[in-house]
Amino acid sequence: MAIITEKDLQPNYDVIVVGSGAGGGQSAYTLTMNGVKVLMLEAGRNYDPVTETPMFQSKADAPLLGMGTREKPFGFHDATVDGGWEVPGEPYTQASTDPKQRFDWWRARMLGGRTNHWGRISLRNGPYDFKPYSRDGLGFDWPLSYEDVAPYYDKVEMLVGVYGSNEGLENTPDSPNGTLLPPPKARAGELYVKKHVAKFGIPVIPIHRAILSTRQDHVNFPARLHPNNPKAQKIIAKAMQERAACFWATDCGRGCSIKANYQSTTVHLPPALATGNLDILCNAHAREVTVGADGKANGVIYIDKVTGQERAVKGRAVILAASSGETARILLNSKSNRFPNGLANGSGLVGKYIMDTVGAGLGGSVPAFENLPVHNEEGAGTHVYIPWWLYKDASKLGFARGYHIEFGTGRRMPGLGTGGASPGYGKSYKEEVRQKYGAGIGFAGRGEMIPNEDSFCELDPTVKDKWGIPVLRFHWKWSEHETKQAAHMEATFAMMIEAIGGKTRTPQADGSKAIDTGGRIIHEVGGAIMGANAKKSVANQWNQCWEVPNLLLNDGSAFCSNADKNPTLTIMALAWRATDHLIEEMRKGNL
Amino acid sequence: MENIPADNSGQIDRRQALKWIGAAAAAAAVFPHASAQDRLAPPSASPGGKRIGWDPLLNKNYVPGDLWALTLTPKQRKAAASLTDLILPPDNPSDKLPSQLGVQAFIDEWISSPYDETAKDRPVITEGLDWLDAEAQRRFQKDFAELAEPQKCAIADDICGKTAVKKEFRSAQNFFNRFRYLAASGYYSTPQGWKDVGYVGNVPTLNFDGPTPEALKHLGLA
Repeated sequence: MAIITEKDLQPNYDVIVVGSGAGGGQSAYTLTMNGVKVLMLEAGRNYDPVTETPMFQSKADAPLLGMGTREKPFGFHDATVDGGWEVPGEPYTQASTDPKQRFDWWRARMLGGRTNHWGRISLRNGPYDFKPYSRDGLGFDWPLSYEDVAPYYDKVEMLVGVYGSNEGLENTPDSPNGTLLPPPKARAGELYVKKHVAKFGIPVIPIHRAILSTRQDHVNFPARLHPNNPKAQKIIAKAMQERAACFWATDCGRGCSIKANYQSTTVHLPPALATGNLDILCNAHAREVTVGADGKANGVIYIDKVTGQERAVKGRAVILAASSGETARILLNSKSNRFPNGLANGSGLVGKYIMDTVGAGLGGSVPAFENLPVHNEEGAGTHVYIPWWLYKDASKLGFARGYHIEFGTGRRMPGLGTGGASPGYGKSYKEEVRQKYGAGIGFAGRGEMIPNEDSFCELDPTVKDKWGIPVLRFHWKWSEHETKQAAHMEATFAMMIEAIGGKTRTPQADGSKAIDTGGRIIHEVGGAIMGANAKKSVANQWNQCWEVPNLLLNDGSAFCSNADKNPTLTIMALAWRATDHLIEEMRKGNL
Repeated sequence: MENIPADNSGQIDRRQALKWIGAAAAAAAVFPHASAQDRLAPPSASPGGKRIGWDPLLNKNYVPGDLWALTLTPKQRKAAASLTDLILPPDNPSDKLPSQLGVQAFIDEWISSPYDETAKDRPVITEGLDWLDAEAQRRFQKDFAELAEPQKCAIADDICGKTAVKKEFRSAQNFFNRFRYLAASGYYSTPQGWKDVGYVGNVPTLNFDGPTPEALKHLGLA
């Protein structure tokens, strides 16, 4: 089995997985390592980071010095192809013309999906993050606890390779010894910030990112990942040996041809394919999940994007991991006599409670960083961060929950704008450019959004994509919890920039102006939330749809809260846990 | 600039860099007055080449002109080359001139592109280069590129913004600011520009060593 074309499709599979990103990749990995026959459908083209990544290209090698454009919003060399804020022929719509009620939807139509474009920031949700309602009466508790998920966080960290450290901070979980890879050293500017913000009680600690700072422990990890499964151990041991450690150069956002960072395409899919149990069909855009007379999912109808024709495939179970929005769309488009409002939508909650992350940012120039002695500061993107530090002050802040801070400094690859702010010309101009190069800092807050009734997606009543499939229409509204949090971020950033002697603009006191547009942080989760009550949720704690137990939602759609921690690691942990449960249920004959 | 997207910390650096660039651009770039824009044809009139597309070959090295035709006239290109050399003179005798590194070709690619983000620079740059030659002719009866360095400096000093700029040179100052932004962006993106500014990355290393003792000392962290 392999990456196949339509003529090689089998008449039946055990499980059909829709989507090849973090959720789909993890699902396919877990299934195939346990001998389950899987067909993965990917809406985009096949994509191979090993051969396609522009590793050492300079910005001058790209058109317009790599400037972000409509087709390549994060710059020419960014890994994402056939994706972005818009996808040709595949529109989505906004319910409101008010820019504050806008939701921007990032999609990546390519093998590996959005794992090709992300920060690799891999923070565990903490115990509080699974029980937010119990703590402050807002949003929803998860029908599971940190202890339920922790063993899967351990496994995912070992499998994908995560650097970081254990700091023992509140609601910022440690990993078992030997699980994390050593974090890279902090850069000069990062240490400087750490020193000067300590007086505010703000901790600067190593961040956790899915990047191999050293090679994985291919001797011991396999048995910890797959006890009593020698075949799986052998396959993953080999796959781990095929990944190189980071060589501390090139932008992770371009992808990684040496497989040092996590992309589904370099980490999940190769071992899954090596089992012989996985077929991957690209350019297969899922339209709906089909249901048998027994009410169970029995396959998927997809559009073959090469021919434009509609096709059907059969499976004993279906896993949707198409991205929260796309998963909700597929469910809503899966209408039948038994499920007239869309599949698994008896609660009416499919599409409801979509969330993103609260984002705000502030940059500044820092005279102390000027004329820093020349050395290589590249490393691997972010090395440190600031976890939320005000848990004890929750009642005084005027908003619920909290945020973490990511920040960047350093002498990075010059490009558009280098030297842009200096006056004059000639030798004195060049001297000032040298002085100011690398003397900037940028802070970005990433905070928790509380699910609300006004943020949801539904099928647009009239607009369809180029294949005639109804598209999503988004409704969005930030509550004051989020906007006040964004204002708090700005004030904090300004305070920190002042503390390091830097210069910046006046912080934006109006949080509704400081906050990034919904969707812009690309932490879209929710839309088919899990819960303990079938009337008030779409899925149970095993990502199983209440009404269709052989249909799993293994992307972020089942999230019922969106902690400040970036969601990808949790998507993978929950997908592994849910898939283990699916396998067990299939073995028992319950599905 | 506020909505620079997405989570990516591999990219927080780039995202933040974009924000700093935005701040720098806002400070440095003064966009043309309306009349200048009114007089000039929109960029779509001359380019007409391809856009980047949704699925371009990423690991290919592109040069200006690969995707869309360059549109500066030979006279404008000559003036542009000469001005890049004036703004960014080599520090060492063995270094190349910016014009030898093709910085003017990047500026040409930029102002010839079919993108909205670059379209506003087209009239500023082309009109400014024409003005530069006209001004050189007015003062010294030669095109800008043919002037002796002190003559070039006499014009540049009036428009570079280092000292107060006279009212009649405001448009020229707008041009100079934007031209310098593009020239510096192009120059510092070359290997020589990297060396010049002290960027020593983009090379694989076994370990990430962190800051040097000298850097720590510089920041009072040693």
